Amino acid sequence: MRVLYFAWVRQKVGVAEEDVSPPAEVRDVAALVGWLATRTPGHAAAFADPKQLRAAVNQDFATPDHPVAANDEVAFFPPVTGG
Amino acid sequence: MARVLVQDAPFDIAAETAALTAGRTDVGGVGSFLGVCRADDGLAALVLEHYPGMTERAIGRIVDQAQARWPLTGCTVIHRVGRILPGEGIVLVLTASAHRAAALEACAFLIDWLKTSAPFWKREEFAAGTHRWVAARAEDDAATARWTQDAAAAGRAKA
Repeated sequence: MRVLYFAWVRQKVGVAEEDVSPPAEVRDVAALVGWLATRTPGHAAAFADPKQLRAAVNQDFATPDHPVAANDEVAFFPPVTGG
Repeated sequence: MARVLVQDAPFDIAAETAALTAGRTDVGGVGSFLGVCRADDGLAALVLEHYPGMTERAIGRIVDQAQARWPLTGCTVIHRVGRILPGEGIVLVLTASAHRAAALEACAFLIDWLKTSAPFWKREEFAAGTHRWVAARAEDDAATARWTQDAAAAGRAKA
């Protein structure tokens, strides 16, 4: 699974993207957040308050209950501020 | 029919506007929105980051919705990324139609949705060397929600 980070989420995690292999019980975005948070202190800081985060699965906005699978591209970022 | 660009370079409003009317006689008006970088609180520059791939997809989807909702003859959305200085353009939305109401409403719809539904993030750089990420604004969500309420009201009116 490819995971991408943007804006301050990327800065806290310390990398822009990584390939991860979460355990089989990680089936949705919320569970992935919980698992990623245990990887490094940077991940823990980035995922400390999931309410501040937004997610996309395969480049579409996704809610915490959205399923994730091994070949997905999952991105985490703050609420968008373009325009 | 729609021209969607995400680019580092500045854009040329006059050239983009001319392109929407070139060679056609059915355009009665062009609506436009130009977002400009303001220098609040001693801001030296804005640095815009985006999610390549998803950005173009998200903007394309918003443009499709605008074209389904209003009779546009053409539409241009250009969003800059990278470092932008105060006074420079950040985003350009142009909408062409036979009549002004469609052009102006579609233009407002597009910029409201772009602000809340396209994956861009702004970081402010200050003269002192500090920087901060811009926080999302509740007013922007409210401006976008207005369009779904309008659609719901229009649906009820037709029923």
